[in-house]
Amino acid sequence: MAKTIVTALVGAAVLGLGATAAQADTLSDVKAKGFVQCGVNGSNLAGFGAQDSSGNWAGLDVDLCKAVAAAVFGDATKVKFTPLSAKDRFPALQSGEIDLLARNTTWSVSRDSQLGFDFRAVNYYDGQGFMVKKELGVKSALELSGASVCVQSGTTTELNLADYFRSNNMDFKPVVFEAQDEADAAYNAGRCDAYTTDASGLYSIRLKMANADDHMVLPEIISKEPLGPAVRQNDSRWLDIVSWSHYAMVAAEEFGITTANVEEMKASANPDIKRFLGEEADSTIGADLGLPKDWAVQIIKAVGNYGESFERNVGEGSPLKIARGLNGLWTNGGLQYAPPVR
Amino acid sequence: MAESITYVRDRFIDAEKPPASDSSVIAWLHRNLFASVTDSAMTIVAILAIVWYLPAAINWLFVSAVWTGADRTACLTTDQGGQLPAGWSGACWAYVNDRFVQFMFGSYPRGELWRPLLVVVMFVGLLIPFLMPKAPRKGLNALLLLIVFPIVSFFLLLGGTFGLRHVETSLWGGLMVTLIISFVGIVVSLPAGILLALGRRSQMPIMKTACIVFIELIRGVPLITVLFMASVLLPLFLEPGNNIDKFLRALIGVSIFASAYMAEVIRGGLQAIPKGQYEAADALGLNYFHKMTFVVLPQAIKLVIPGIVNTFIGMFKDTSLVTIISMYDLLGIVKASFGDSGWITPVTPLTGLIFAGFVFWIFCFGMSRYSAFVERRLDTSHTR
Repeated sequence: MAKTIVTALVGAAVLGLGATAAQADTLSDVKAKGFVQCGVNGSNLAGFGAQDSSGNWAGLDVDLCKAVAAAVFGDATKVKFTPLSAKDRFPALQSGEIDLLARNTTWSVSRDSQLGFDFRAVNYYDGQGFMVKKELGVKSALELSGASVCVQSGTTTELNLADYFRSNNMDFKPVVFEAQDEADAAYNAGRCDAYTTDASGLYSIRLKMANADDHMVLPEIISKEPLGPAVRQNDSRWLDIVSWSHYAMVAAEEFGITTANVEEMKASANPDIKRFLGEEADSTIGADLGLPKDWAVQIIKAVGNYGESFERNVGEGSPLKIARGLNGLWTNGGLQYAPPVR
Repeated sequence: MAESITYVRDRFIDAEKPPASDSSVIAWLHRNLFASVTDSAMTIVAILAIVWYLPAAINWLFVSAVWTGADRTACLTTDQGGQLPAGWSGACWAYVNDRFVQFMFGSYPRGELWRPLLVVVMFVGLLIPFLMPKAPRKGLNALLLLIVFPIVSFFLLLGGTFGLRHVETSLWGGLMVTLIISFVGIVVSLPAGILLALGRRSQMPIMKTACIVFIELIRGVPLITVLFMASVLLPLFLEPGNNIDKFLRALIGVSIFASAYMAEVIRGGLQAIPKGQYEAADALGLNYFHKMTFVVLPQAIKLVIPGIVNTFIGMFKDTSLVTIISMYDLLGIVKASFGDSGWITPVTPLTGLIFAGFVFWIFCFGMSRYSAFVERRLDTSHTR
């Protein structure tokens, strides 16, 4: 109920702001103030947005923010982070407190339309999964009939869970918790047979388990959770810049350009690469986006290509050790696919 | 004369020792721990609980604990990818050690840490003489602590003037935020609460109604709602770019909230003062201001010291609610650190929470002991 009211109020405020939003020009605002204000996840999602002990931000979403700053200013440090909770992330974007929301936010039709945001790029393809104790001997989510499942209340996760069991004619006993931490702790303490949340979250909870090897993640993914950056509606120039900052990282991986070799690649014989890096004489890609000519070079120098960023934050280079899977390049059977850069 | 008295005792007999049934260790045990069957049962259960849990707790907290280390591998067992023997569990103090500056000051720029540290030194230097009844120059001390110190701290922490680098409040965090919010809440709520309580008991209808409406309105909503409104809905109705600082919004919310509660605590004290005291003051020809400051309030406030301190302690702990508007007080920043993949381990969350709990306990216990001391000092034996 409270949620409905908040949504309605946000909706009303959005309509009220509609007139000004039509002329919104976030790029000019950002250039005027000299930094990008980026909303990120402040808590409890390892690998996406978290602070280290010296207060530096790191994570896959954080890298996207840095990439946008690098593209606009040629300097990835010209970004400020606003840590946001799940509740206040949308009003923060709507009210102009932040320029860009990169907080593992699922792109859905209602957020795209009703909340007045625009999504285009997806920087992490997530989906809801299950974890069970190995001793149960369960090999598939379809064998979970009658199980008790720990889940966080009021999330799409909870609804997906009910839908999945109903559509497969199975019974289950939901054990519902208000906060993700509580659900984690309850599963750890053995209060439920299975635990469900987004697959990326399942990897991070494994790190908090004393005996992670006694548990396994089941192969089924029961929902689609494309996580991507959101910007305010009707500001297509800014949307272009944010989306292409992500696509530039993906394209760099396709081209085999890394932080280490970006300078040599400028001299590449491949005209696509030269155009992408702003080395072709007639290349106007940067200018057309409203960015400097070497925007892609700056992004790659700052955060690397998508693969490098992925491995550093959530992949083999991190404790999470998430496999590329759906987030592999399309050429490797994944879904990361950048439109052509020309 | 003296010869006629056969015997005069010229010194007192030494006092007899109390009977053994009243003074020995056994008697003490019998009286305090094993007086009845129920008492004995409770004593035995309590002793068993201590014997059962205390060594395990000490072992977990100190003996098995990891004190030094650079990252998560220091607190992991061999099968989790670390060095410790399989089945190990203990506190990971290395993580608290690594994060300590962040737990205290949040993301405050590391090169500027002397500023909050200077504020802490000033605060302690002014607070201790303020709290000691014997320290001289109370008036000057109060002026410095309650007026000058907040203003100096404001410019020192926020910067942007006098050649200091501007540090926006979104970078503030940790214990610093907890203490700032509590201090402002306490300094504002006590005088505001007194004024509201006097207003509520005033004869003037408009003043009285205004105070009642304010108090009942604020007390009628949870703090979490006030914070949520201030942080989430308010910006939607302001022009973009004209945002009032989020930290300031939280400060105002907490202060208003604490004032309303404080007003009711003080009013309880005012109502306990017999009517004769008011009439006596009137008969002496004191005006309203003198009557209140010299006769009524000193008695009323003394009566409600436990209630006032209760409100302060409650508010100190309530500051943790600012986490929901994405500001990181001590508890919030500890919980946020669980997401850092550099330190994520099975024992990190528990260690962090124990640390946060301990810090909160130190402050609350300190406040509670000080209030007990003040009560004893002001005790003019109305006890029967």
